[in-house]
Amino acid sequence: MKLRKVTAASATVFALALTATACGSDDGGDSGDGGGKKITVGIKYDQPGIGLKEPDGSFSGFDVDVATYVAKELGYAEKDIEFKETPSADRENALQRGDVDFIAASYSINDERKAKVDFAGPYLLAHQDLLVRADEKGISEGTDLNGKKLCSVTGSTSAQNIKNEIAPKAQLRENGTYSECLDGLASGAVDALTTDDSILAGYAAQDQYKGKFKLAGLKLSNENYGIGVKKGDTEMVDKINKALEKMESDGSWEKAVEANFGPANYKNEPAPKIGDIVK
Amino acid sequence: MSSVLYDTPGPRAKRRNVIFSVVFAALMVLLLWWVWQTMSDKGQLDSAKWSPFTEAQAWTTYLLPGLVNTLKAAALAMVIALPLGAILGIARMSDHRWVRVPAGVIVEFFRAIPVLLLMVFANQFYSESTQISSDERPLYAVVTGLVLYNASVLAEIVRAGILSLPKGQTEAAQAIGLRKTQVMSSILLPQAVTVMLPAIVSQLVVIVKDTALGGAMLNFTELLNSRKTLAANYANVIPSFIVVAVIFIVLNFILTSLASWLEDRLRRGKKSTGAVLPAAAVAGTAATGADGGGVIGAPGVIGGDVGDKP
Amino acid sequence: MFDFLEGYDVLGAFWTTVQLTLLSAVGSLVWGTILAGMRVSPVPLMRGFGTAYVNIVRNIPLTVIIVFTSLGLADVFGVTLGAADDFAALSFRLAVLGLSAYTATFVCEALRSGINTVPVGQAEAARAIGLSFTQVLTLIVLPQAFRTVIGPMANVLIALTKNTTVAAAIGVAEASLLMKEMIENEAQLLLIATIFALGFVVLTLPTGLLLGWLSKRLAVKR
Repeated sequence: MKLRKVTAASATVFALALTATACGSDDGGDSGDGGGKKITVGIKYDQPGIGLKEPDGSFSGFDVDVATYVAKELGYAEKDIEFKETPSADRENALQRGDVDFIAASYSINDERKAKVDFAGPYLLAHQDLLVRADEKGISEGTDLNGKKLCSVTGSTSAQNIKNEIAPKAQLRENGTYSECLDGLASGAVDALTTDDSILAGYAAQDQYKGKFKLAGLKLSNENYGIGVKKGDTEMVDKINKALEKMESDGSWEKAVEANFGPANYKNEPAPKIGDIVK
Repeated sequence: MSSVLYDTPGPRAKRRNVIFSVVFAALMVLLLWWVWQTMSDKGQLDSAKWSPFTEAQAWTTYLLPGLVNTLKAAALAMVIALPLGAILGIARMSDHRWVRVPAGVIVEFFRAIPVLLLMVFANQFYSESTQISSDERPLYAVVTGLVLYNASVLAEIVRAGILSLPKGQTEAAQAIGLRKTQVMSSILLPQAVTVMLPAIVSQLVVIVKDTALGGAMLNFTELLNSRKTLAANYANVIPSFIVVAVIFIVLNFILTSLASWLEDRLRRGKKSTGAVLPAAAVAGTAATGADGGGVIGAPGVIGGDVGDKP
Repeated sequence: MFDFLEGYDVLGAFWTTVQLTLLSAVGSLVWGTILAGMRVSPVPLMRGFGTAYVNIVRNIPLTVIIVFTSLGLADVFGVTLGAADDFAALSFRLAVLGLSAYTATFVCEALRSGINTVPVGQAEAARAIGLSFTQVLTLIVLPQAFRTVIGPMANVLIALTKNTTVAAAIGVAEASLLMKEMIENEAQLLLIATIFALGFVVLTLPTGLLLGWLSKRLAVKR
């Protein structure tokens, strides 16, 4: 009898302890807009070379460097910059809701998105490209992809682009992240991984995959990376544009490109002019 | 270990069993060898892919926060679903038609719908109609889906628990003049709780496993999803999967052990009515969604006990 | 009101769900029965394997198993299941494989408790007339056990029907994937959710009723 009470009690305590820890860690999460001192920036967490959460909890990548520079120009100290993961499907939503102040997450400018958010920049011109096995010889242009097996990320524009325009007869597999395509690419289960060359370069440069893959060098599309801002916030757009111009003129842009894409042997386009969108 | 299915082996049967064992073992070794060989051919056994798991940072940065979210969602769902399930279960046994019927409809409806659908729906609903921020939303959606489904399952567990009590309990309580509410609250529920406890604890296993649905479909950063970020960093998709699977197995093993320990203790309780819903019977099948299929018949005779113990 | 349905193959998606369910049901029934046979067999090694398999696989989230069939089995181990050049067919077959491997543990456990309900006398009598273990199991015990576990099996089947939604995680075009796509594109959240919810009710309710009736009819009267 006594024991049964103890059991019931301990079960309750167990459950309570779980919720207690739950509530405890809750508090850290929503210090978003509080006080106006901090700035929240949406980035990617899982793209080496672009935006990656490092093991020590810090962030690296070209988008991260650009975002940090811009935030500093906006008057925030490095420690006041808070990064948040904004998955592709959630970017417009996060801006509209004000969960983040701006987004630098391989966010290419297009009309559909411009209807929902405003863009500063562009700050990088990338192209949709393919990552193929180092010994691949059969793919030299977009139409070669018909009948090939492609891998991309669920809901990405690159995937849609292949399906609708470039090679409608290609087989397309959509995974959770690009890194999940890589084992299949190595083993031959898929023939190519497609997305922006800037993103692909990051994977090709990872230690574990060095020498196994190469970029096909096809310019299948133009992706103008911009910084997403809440619709109607022209003041913010202007400020960010100024920061981006300064970043280019004082050489920081070149340095960031070199630091993040240099090891990948990726030939980047020169810094785009603000507002100059390459169709 | 003797069984009624076969005789105590004589010399020939022993020889045959040895042959079977050897053949079976050889097949297993062959399979394992193939797995090992393929993995090492594909570089999946490289130390670069596995060594991250020996570093503290891989855990503190990626896996542990994911695990915390998994437990958070599971615990929240449990804490909310439990009272809700109890209310629904009792309501379903009400004498009033207007209480009984709606409760029954709710329970049957939510048990018939996949949890994943409930989660996807909840996620979209919160996104369109509420101001919940986008990094909290997946948690809310996952918990909502889990609560709706599991409250319905728990309602059935509660109902089964109360119905499993001997009729004499109700009759005796009525005979000494207790009201309906009193019969329920001071006679039936306290006994039913002991009866149900193992089944309820086992339901936690189901909830823990189902949190992973939110990771795959709603981008909820639970254990399975934080694996993604980890694998992007160390380029070790397969090793990260194996590690995450092991964590889930250990977690659920602890929970099932707790369940069978509770079951054991409660069975031994002297004043018990002897009615215990075996965790395996109710929650075992519930683990895939359906509840129970009722308590399965006669006491175990053939082929070991019904429990989970290996 | 239902204009938005145009361009979406809702019935086709549910047909995929049904196919997934039926094929996985057959797969898990076969594999689950073999597992149950192993768990009560006289060979200790097989018993150990059966027990270990059930306890390990049952404790892994189905999502992990399904995603692993794609990223592990297909990508690393090169399992193509005869569909190396067709992603849609491959992911469908992998999903069936994953669902069968997982559901088999529940079939096995249901069957094992069914075996427990067969009176000892049955097995003893069978042994007394000189039947071997395989004969006792396949001729005497299992046929009776199957009839007693139709109820629990119905629940496993219903759960399996709902679990096929997890196949969306590797891109199998079944009902839940279509629903996700539709609610992202159309502004008819409640209506879409209702349609799909009813779809599953329509699939699971008759299964439950039919098998419930069957289990009463076939029950071994004792």
